[in-house]
Amino acid sequence: MRYGYYPGCSLSGLARPYDMSTKAIAEPLGIQLEEVEDWNCCGATEYFAVNKMAAYALVGRNLANAAQQKSFTDLVAPCSACYVNLRKTDHNMGKYPKLAQKVNKALEAGDLSYDPGTLQVRHLIDIIVNDIGYDAIREKVKEPLKGLRIAPYYGCLIVRPELGEPLDDPEYPMSLDLLMEALGAQVVDFPLKAHCCGGHMTQISSDTAYELIRRLLHNAAEYDADAIVTLCPICQLNLDAYQSNINRHFGTDFKIPILFFTQMIGLALGMPPKSLGIGKEFVSAAAMLRKIGTEPELEAAPTGKKQDDKSLPMPGKREG
Amino acid sequence: MNVTKSNHTFLMQVMDATLGGEALLTCLQCGSCGGSCPSGPDMEHTPRRIFAMIGAGMRDEVLKSNTPWYCVSCYYCTVRCPKEIPITDIMYTLKQMAIEAKLYDDRDAPDFSQSFIGFVENYGRSYEVGLATRFHLTHSPLKKFDYAPFALTMLTKDRLQLRPERIKGIGQLRAILNKAKTMEDM
Repeated sequence: MRYGYYPGCSLSGLARPYDMSTKAIAEPLGIQLEEVEDWNCCGATEYFAVNKMAAYALVGRNLANAAQQKSFTDLVAPCSACYVNLRKTDHNMGKYPKLAQKVNKALEAGDLSYDPGTLQVRHLIDIIVNDIGYDAIREKVKEPLKGLRIAPYYGCLIVRPELGEPLDDPEYPMSLDLLMEALGAQVVDFPLKAHCCGGHMTQISSDTAYELIRRLLHNAAEYDADAIVTLCPICQLNLDAYQSNINRHFGTDFKIPILFFTQMIGLALGMPPKSLGIGKEFVSAAAMLRKIGTEPELEAAPTGKKQDDKSLPMPGKREG
Repeated sequence: MNVTKSNHTFLMQVMDATLGGEALLTCLQCGSCGGSCPSGPDMEHTPRRIFAMIGAGMRDEVLKSNTPWYCVSCYYCTVRCPKEIPITDIMYTLKQMAIEAKLYDDRDAPDFSQSFIGFVENYGRSYEVGLATRFHLTHSPLKKFDYAPFALTMLTKDRLQLRPERIKGIGQLRAILNKAKTMEDM
């Protein structure tokens, strides 16, 4: 099936592995992704705080551009913040005609327009569990994730707020749990699975964010999880890149790799870890990979000397 | 909520600027919002109290408080509110009002939001390197976590975009945003 693909800013930077693994599993699952032309940022959780009308118009341009492509009706976003902003704009334009009018008035300045309801905005997990389905995925599994203990982490924005038909339960979602089981993994109890990772608070008030991250890591560690599996770039970033800070801050010793659910699907389909962007985490996933009998052919650590390096020299780097 | 003439202006403004904001009038003061809030303990006033303060017309105290800026947009309060008050959106409204009135006490969060959208308006995309550099250099960098090793690891893991990417239709986007900014909130 053909879908519009809105990667969002995170997937071309800090969540590149999410983009890589999404594209890697698309073909074997029969998903065709057509990128939205010249898409712009969704505004994350920042633009709505500064100017609501501009924030809606910003997202409106993406919806208008995507609808113009006409080759798909379902627009897929892998990032939770992108998903919620696109869905919220489409939903609220439909619910509040006055908003639709204003957004279209703004879009007119760029010769664009968007009729709410033209597109169905969906998160990547939604199309994987509902369009492809658990059974079809189970059949495609070549290397079951046997023996792996997984803490499935949903975060906030794919289960809340409720915008039209809910994707899952806002308090205790199950779709990622069932997906991980379909891949052969063992899902551990993870009561905090829909709690917040702190979002942008790592930047603004690290004490607030660190406590939220600590709780999540602690919960997963208590149940001996081999990995936390997530579906949001910021959840992945906060739990992975800040894990060493958490350990310093609280005197803990967490070593839990944080992976995207698309990477887990890829592993179960028998794809090499590197092709899924595994190895780009701060907290190594090597032990987890060995547990499922995959030798971690991770990306080589930068040694500074590469004889066949054809890239331009970095400042201060000596030739030869 | 008790609405008298003297305090209705601020309450009306907040409701008018928020889609579905009229539900604020039905607030029961039950406290489900504050109890659900992950950053509630760090807020000067819980959301419940903020709503009572809005009703009481305490505009400056509300807009000065750190409460909206500690909202992480997790929507727990919104889905749990028995009166379906769009609490997260009200927090967005309060942030925007605080920026416009320049009433916030702590500049970190408003500056972060504004730096972020600065890159979006210039390039059409967000740009983490620029954002982090600008933000951490101007906001007492030593108080924050050590950005350099973080950035270096991100870089070696190929998770940092070194140059901002500019969309083709940046002129079109700016025209749209400028038009939108001339409109009143709703």
